[in-house]
Amino acid sequence: MSVPISWYLLLSAVLFAIGAIGALTRRNGISIFLSIELMLNAANLTLVAYARQWNQHTGQIIVFFVMAVAAAEAAVGLALFIAVFRQRRTIDVNRMNLLQG
Amino acid sequence: METLIFVIFAALAVGSGVVVVVHRSPIYATLSLVLTLFSMAVLFVLLGAPFVGAVQILVYAGAIVVLFLFVIMLLNVQQEEGAHARRSAQLVAAILGAIVFLGMFWLAFRQTTLRAPGPLTEELVSLKGLASALFTDYLLPFEIVGLLLLVAVIGATVAARRPGAETNAPQDDYVAEDPSSGPVLPREVRS
Amino acid sequence: MLGLLWLIPILPFAGAAVNGLLGKWFPKWLVTFVALAAPGASLLIALGCLWEFSQGTALTYEQALYMWTAGDLNIPVAFLLDHLSAVMLFIVTFVGFLIHVYSAGYMGHEEGYRRYFAYLNLFMSAMLMLVLGNNYLVMFVGWEGVGLCSYLLIGFYYDQAFPPYAGKKAFIVNRIGDFAFLVGMFALFAHFGSLTYKEVFAKIAADPGAVTGAPYALGLPLASFIALCFFVGAMGKSAQIPLYVWLPDAMAGPTPVSALIHAATMVTAGVYMVVRSNVIYQLAPGVSLFVAIIGAATAIFAASIGIAQTDIKKVLAYSTVSQLGYMFLAAGLGAYSAALFHVMTHAFFKALLFLGSGSVIHAMSGDQDMDHMGGLKKYMPSTRWTYLIGAAAIAGVPLLSGFFSKDEILHSAAASGHWLIWLVGLITAGLTAFYMFRSYFLTFEGEFRGTHEQEHHLHESPASMTVPLWILAVGAVFAGYVGVPKVLSLGRDLNWFHNWLEPVIAVPRGMEAGEHNVGTGLELLLIAITTLIALAGIYVAWTNYGDNKGLARGQHWAARLPVLHRLLLNKWYVDELYDWVIVRPLAATARFFWKVVDTFIIDGAINAGAFLTELTGDVGRFSTTGNVRNYALYFFLGVLVLFYWIAFR
Repeated sequence: MSVPISWYLLLSAVLFAIGAIGALTRRNGISIFLSIELMLNAANLTLVAYARQWNQHTGQIIVFFVMAVAAAEAAVGLALFIAVFRQRRTIDVNRMNLLQG
Repeated sequence: METLIFVIFAALAVGSGVVVVVHRSPIYATLSLVLTLFSMAVLFVLLGAPFVGAVQILVYAGAIVVLFLFVIMLLNVQQEEGAHARRSAQLVAAILGAIVFLGMFWLAFRQTTLRAPGPLTEELVSLKGLASALFTDYLLPFEIVGLLLLVAVIGATVAARRPGAETNAPQDDYVAEDPSSGPVLPREVRS
Repeated sequence: MLGLLWLIPILPFAGAAVNGLLGKWFPKWLVTFVALAAPGASLLIALGCLWEFSQGTALTYEQALYMWTAGDLNIPVAFLLDHLSAVMLFIVTFVGFLIHVYSAGYMGHEEGYRRYFAYLNLFMSAMLMLVLGNNYLVMFVGWEGVGLCSYLLIGFYYDQAFPPYAGKKAFIVNRIGDFAFLVGMFALFAHFGSLTYKEVFAKIAADPGAVTGAPYALGLPLASFIALCFFVGAMGKSAQIPLYVWLPDAMAGPTPVSALIHAATMVTAGVYMVVRSNVIYQLAPGVSLFVAIIGAATAIFAASIGIAQTDIKKVLAYSTVSQLGYMFLAAGLGAYSAALFHVMTHAFFKALLFLGSGSVIHAMSGDQDMDHMGGLKKYMPSTRWTYLIGAAAIAGVPLLSGFFSKDEILHSAAASGHWLIWLVGLITAGLTAFYMFRSYFLTFEGEFRGTHEQEHHLHESPASMTVPLWILAVGAVFAGYVGVPKVLSLGRDLNWFHNWLEPVIAVPRGMEAGEHNVGTGLELLLIAITTLIALAGIYVAWTNYGDNKGLARGQHWAARLPVLHRLLLNKWYVDELYDWVIVRPLAATARFFWKVVDTFIIDGAINAGAFLTELTGDVGRFSTTGNVRNYALYFFLGVLVLFYWIAFR
């Protein structure tokens, strides 16, 4: 028998929550990025699960787009980290406090 | 059989996901993320999306994660003292995460009206259907995403460019004194 | 030639523009050339126009340049040459040109030579516009223009303390009058829908009852209201009580300016306006009488002040105020041609006197105190003779110009039956003769009372100054012969001036009857009395100040009548009165608004707003820790709210 779609959704929720907690607690910039990737994947899982449910390609196609955006985001974000690291010798986000008012 | 596969890989995904979040070393966290992505790819195949699963492995686990590893090596990031936030912050994050989770959980199981999915159809699984949808109905978003990637490439190049590479940067230590010449590297990083 | 009428105001304007904008790069002779050529060409064109106009039979010549349109308001910018503006055109261009020539000599050594001539040319342009405009708005543009130039030229020596103050005073006092003038124009336009002389006067003539009947404003009928407003405007410009205070202070400007603007032309603009509006004043007998009373009061009041002044220009300034009072006296009594006649003769002899005093001041190296002068006739004969002619003319010595014009005014006062006004005019005539000859004796007769250095420096002025003096002196002698009264011309009608103005002036209602009231014998008697009074004034001046007495006798009188002397010397304390009644309360009010309303209330409100903003910021800044993860947290919270809203709404 096939697995109910709800299980996939539940798994997705768990992964998303884990990613969210990670993004909020980690201080290392790269770890935050990893957590964000986790959240993106949780969302992808939901999309593919619904594509299965409704027998439609749309969800899968959006997954491609999400991946492309994730790739772009990773490229730019990591470049920024390199720039920041050159300047401040750290990627600890707690020390990125130039925005302080 | 299918349920067994689901349970195994779901457990693997959750477990490695937790490792990603809690491990102090970025290297281990990244490698753990690879495991998560693999498990997800299996689940994608299970959901009748083999092509998405393949792309997941090729692009995500292959390209993006390698990029992460590159940067980690390049920056030589050590596991830092107190890699996590303070306890209070962790508590807040945990509560928020719980709220998110409960909301999604409730959404997922409220939908009792979801009928059990039918058998996999050739139409859904086949690459042909996917490709024809992608290159007809979704052609414009596809092109836009291509443009986005181009912009990201240029942006990343500019952002990561070694500052003052074309000019003779002053030999100051550490912080830029002269705003016109852009940020100045400490001597040991530049060499 | 008439087709070139528009060039007359434009040429001086072009001169001002060229000298003002480009003159910086000109050599001095070119500046002088431009400055003199512009009014000179205007004079030639004006003479040509006047000749052609007097030969033709047309009563008016109009030249429209441009239609000034704003919504429903259509104001033609057009020039009008009729018998009235012709007279003014002649005075302004002729006297103006002579004073330009004189200025070239007088201002030769001054800083700001170019600036001076740019202003002076601009003044000519504005004054000609005032005179030539065919409607009240163009007149008002010129009116404001001459006010501006007057302000600029009074404050010409801006590096000294007093002239800029005097300039401001002139400007502000004039504004009071201008405001009333504007209100009058509004009323006129609101009722007739036009400001053109021809249209307005035609509409009034068609239905005089409409403007004299029901009260319009302030309890006055329309005609009276407009007349009153216009007269208040004239009060400011022509220095009548109570707005005369600026004119004596205006003497802070260069002397040729005093001659041109503050004696010969600009200050007579008010008289010109009243005469121009004679159709309205005819229908406002009450206001006309008010004009006459104000004129008479100004005449005697200013003359009394002139007696005690020792500054030669102050004497002439009060004399000007007094003579302007004379003109309004005549205009108020309906003797418009007499008023304009006096404008013309006054332009000659008062310009002459001012230029003469300028010549004296030039020789005295800027000293204006008559106490330091005396015996100048030895050193500057041309100036002395021309000044004497001018003084005699203004005093009313028979057969000089002032005699005829003053006599005509006094005659009209007598003919209209206002004997009190006549008496005031008579006394003023005596006072005028006295103080003018006092100034003559103190300046030119006797022995020099100044320092040796000044005596060494004394010299006759250059030809560019004396030639205009002599030309004006000829005018001061003969200008009166265009208006010889009937009784003195053996019954022939030689009053050309009166006849010339006939087309422009509505027949004075009281006057035709009045002329019959005074018989030939009585008129001769009046002339004799006037002459005697004038000669008596001169005699008293001679006994007190002639024969090298200097100010000794004057001081003797001052000691015997201390209160009167102090009153006169301090100009009846009018400036002090205004200071206490108007200036200080205004300043106090202003200070109240500054210190309390502005600083406390308005600034306070703004500062309170700023304080609140700052407070909000001080509180809010705790949320902006600068820690990127905190921002991520806020962002996440926002996403969460959105999510719940979408999922569970």
